Amino acid sequence: MAVKEYQTVTKVAGPLVFVSGVSNIGYNELVEVTLPNGEKKKGQVLETSKGLAVVQLFGATTGLNVNETRVRFLGETMHLPVSDDMLGRVFDGSGNPRDKGSSIVAEDRLDIAGAPINPWSRAEPRDFIQTGISTIDGMNTLVRGQKLPIFSGSGLPHNKLAVQIARQAKVKDQGEDFAVVFAACGITHEEAGFFMRDFEKTGALERAVLFLNLADDPSVERIITPRLALTTAEYLAYEKDMHVLVIITDMTNYCEALREIAAAREEVPGRRGYPGYMYTDLSTIYERAGCIKGKKGTVTQLSILSMPGDDITHPIPDLTGYITEGQIVLGRDLHRKGIFPPVDVLPCLSRLMNAGIGDKRTREDHRGIADQLYAGYATGRDLRSLSAVVGEEALSETDRKFLKFADVFENRFIRQGPYEDRSIEQTLELGWELLAGLPEAELKKVKVAHIEKYGKKYREKAQEEKKE
Amino acid sequence: MAGVLTKIAGPVVQASGMRGAKMYDLVKAGDEELMGEIIRLEGDTATIQIYEDTGGLQPGGAVVNTGMPLSVELGPGILTSIYDGIQRPLQVIAEKSKSSFIKRGIVALPLDHSKKWDFVPTKKKGDKVTKGEIIGTVQETEVIEHRIMTTVAGEIVDIKKGKFTVDETIAKVKSGKDTKDVSMLQKWFVRKPRTYSEKFDPVIPLVTGQRIVDTFFPIAKGGTACIPGPFGSGKTVTQQQFAKWSDTQIVVYIGCGERGNEMTEVLSEFPKLEDPKTKKPLMMRTVLIANTSNMPVAAREASVYTGITIAEYYRDMGYDVALMADSTSRWAEAMREIGGRLEEMPGEEGYPAYLGRRLAEFYERAGRVSCLGNEKDKRTGSVTIIGAVSPPGGDTSEPVSQNTLRVTKVFLALDASLAQRRHFPSIHWLGSYSLYQSNLENWYSENISAEWDKQRELAMSLLQKEAELQEIVQLVGPDALPEKEQAILNSTKMIREDFLQQSAYHEVDTYSSMQKQYTMLKTILRYHERSLSAIDAGIQLKNILNLTVKTRIARMKEIPEAELKKIEEIGHELESQFDSLLVK
Repeated sequence: MAVKEYQTVTKVAGPLVFVSGVSNIGYNELVEVTLPNGEKKKGQVLETSKGLAVVQLFGATTGLNVNETRVRFLGETMHLPVSDDMLGRVFDGSGNPRDKGSSIVAEDRLDIAGAPINPWSRAEPRDFIQTGISTIDGMNTLVRGQKLPIFSGSGLPHNKLAVQIARQAKVKDQGEDFAVVFAACGITHEEAGFFMRDFEKTGALERAVLFLNLADDPSVERIITPRLALTTAEYLAYEKDMHVLVIITDMTNYCEALREIAAAREEVPGRRGYPGYMYTDLSTIYERAGCIKGKKGTVTQLSILSMPGDDITHPIPDLTGYITEGQIVLGRDLHRKGIFPPVDVLPCLSRLMNAGIGDKRTREDHRGIADQLYAGYATGRDLRSLSAVVGEEALSETDRKFLKFADVFENRFIRQGPYEDRSIEQTLELGWELLAGLPEAELKKVKVAHIEKYGKKYREKAQEEKKE
Repeated sequence: MAGVLTKIAGPVVQASGMRGAKMYDLVKAGDEELMGEIIRLEGDTATIQIYEDTGGLQPGGAVVNTGMPLSVELGPGILTSIYDGIQRPLQVIAEKSKSSFIKRGIVALPLDHSKKWDFVPTKKKGDKVTKGEIIGTVQETEVIEHRIMTTVAGEIVDIKKGKFTVDETIAKVKSGKDTKDVSMLQKWFVRKPRTYSEKFDPVIPLVTGQRIVDTFFPIAKGGTACIPGPFGSGKTVTQQQFAKWSDTQIVVYIGCGERGNEMTEVLSEFPKLEDPKTKKPLMMRTVLIANTSNMPVAAREASVYTGITIAEYYRDMGYDVALMADSTSRWAEAMREIGGRLEEMPGEEGYPAYLGRRLAEFYERAGRVSCLGNEKDKRTGSVTIIGAVSPPGGDTSEPVSQNTLRVTKVFLALDASLAQRRHFPSIHWLGSYSLYQSNLENWYSENISAEWDKQRELAMSLLQKEAELQEIVQLVGPDALPEKEQAILNSTKMIREDFLQQSAYHEVDTYSSMQKQYTMLKTILRYHERSLSAIDAGIQLKNILNLTVKTRIARMKEIPEAELKKIEEIGHELESQFDSLLVK
């Protein structure tokens, strides 16, 4: 494909530029548009046919006119120059340096669209990542190569939780190369500043690559920002053997940008005006996580999205949940009670948990204890609403124990400080300690042998305290 | 005949100069020869869905029509493979491209055409054969014998024995004046159901080893079932459990627009898991079709057809086949996406108006049939389809769920709130149904017990009663109920927790034989019966609750199949504990 230049813009609609009289333009080809004032902008071909190309511009179309604007078709799809010098650098949403450093001397140029990982070449993700957060490690374990989003809402401390995970995440007894790739999609300066400061403070910035598309940057650019981040992550992981944690925030802004383009193209809208192909589109982002046979490095994804109106059935969290391997859900009720991190464990899930836990990985009683905590807390929560109607006195003694368990669980297991790094053993022991408050006959999810081995000491202690 | 690309937008492209092309013909587009399928014709302009990423494709590129519709290769070597949506073996793609990523334009034949298979004829020279009749066998894997069916009817004039590739001639059949070569390879168009001679009513259950399914909502061999549920409610685990433990010889598992890591899990787990009957790895009877969500959407649309055609092929050999499609919603979305690119007038929620028809056509390919072939060696085979549905927000009033419900006979309603309290499998007992119960009644009373049906009905009516009582409890608290009703709540809690709940990750609990299911439920119902009569005799409920046999019942599910006697022992203990309670 060769570079071609045209000055035949016929129509501009929102972020879309229609160029006529063109020939042999490739689909998804990269475009450089020169505005009448000499300013240059990047774009991508969305549709191509004989004599007409529809270009989506990554940037505002302000100042664009139909007679003077020049459009150069660069003859290739969008590529990102990559090198390990990118670590410690800050880029804008299109991949240009945003800090005062020089541009990157490329070791390689990679197509940002990526290619799907061959399912046959994938290795099963099973290395337990200890985040130091009980609700995640104990009940929704994260493993290397997983994609686990945080479903949050406006005003909830998801950023604080994300940096805590980035700060504390480690794999047991391994000191391998670790890197963080951070992509901001339409977040505010303040939020971006929070992440930068925290990375700087903990020294993580040296091991991080940041792509920032902020709230006042062009919205269409958000389509490529996560892809740039993932392309970098894949390069660092599969070429440079690093374990990469990718944090993307906020995916809701990404979907808004997708909708904006679909609307400008006058496409048939799907649910709530989002395009019908949003599932496929999101999957080309989320599926770029995993472990590959024969490669040392891995890509783990932690995306943050805010649920509009805290509605988990909204298309964005809904489609995300169908692609990702579970979700961490933050709850407003817990946040109101002043509990940090406000992880509402009931709707949370980690699909890859089983591969990462158990004997020789974490501990043999891990699965049972997680299920038991879930079941106990769910029962306690149900009884909470029941006791609100009939009063606590009308409940049986066992029920009252469950009620109490739910309170203690929230205050001791869920609640922890932003700098409190609990080891998995501490988390599991805490679990046993709390379960000592429940009658043994109700502990159906844990093995009898495990109660004997791990739970007994706490049960005896609880008995003694009761006597006193 | 070559046409020229005129327009490219996403996975759907247009080409002119395609006169003579037929609908659903397979084409190769552009310099990289990307595979595609004609989905609309208008004059000499064809609209084509491309099975690969179209980035960089240019107008002016050549489009070559192969003149053949999309078809699959059928022959030995299918089992243990993992294919993409258009039957390209993913392992070969990885080896050929020397990359862990799927690059474009890679051609890979579905079967290994150089491998020699040991062919053993079952017919001899001079035998008359009809179409679809078995002429010989090949040991495809340690557990599955691949039966070679002739595609030509007539008289066998030559049949060989020994090692052959799938392309080599193994027999010559004279039909009329012509003599035709028969090889072990067949091709079949994926969108066309394979032929059979007669379809039967489904009267044999598919034993899945999952208690709630086998006991309460049985699936019949050759039947259809759907599992709708929101994300995180356990669709995939339930599907995988069916794939692991169903008593069929062959399993076809279609990962249609789902997660890559899930397919990896199946790939790494199935070779290690042992089939309870043959004691051989489950992988030896399994075919995987993996078209993950980020793989091209047109190939996702095709994946379901590829899978069902392979399933029908093994059915024709006389095998029982279970087909899992996870998830049909992604398939429907692929149709919607392509329909949208074609600028078709959308039906409900943007889905194409033909969604219902396509779903019905797919599920109709299930069935227990009498296969083609000679009257004397009549074989029956079956294809059971279990489709997962992923309704947005878990709301089953959406078009894919509704159209699926119209054609499937078993509905396993997954419930997010059950999943959240870790009640697995989170199939809701009141929301689900099976229309096969009456068909299967005879089988159960002949093979398990005449009491089966009665027992199931009693347990279900108790669960129904529980739902009513729970409403009252929500108003007045449990202590306000009469003791007898509290006893019912106690028994139903046992049914829910000690019978319906089943852990897929517990080495013993993951599979329950029919006999074990029957005995377990019998024990719980006996406990219920005894507690009611004890209350009638004036015993206080709290004394009944203190009986230690209750804890043993709770651990009943962990008793291995080989030690089923222990469950009966629990039954004896139950009787004696109640007896002594009455004596006091």
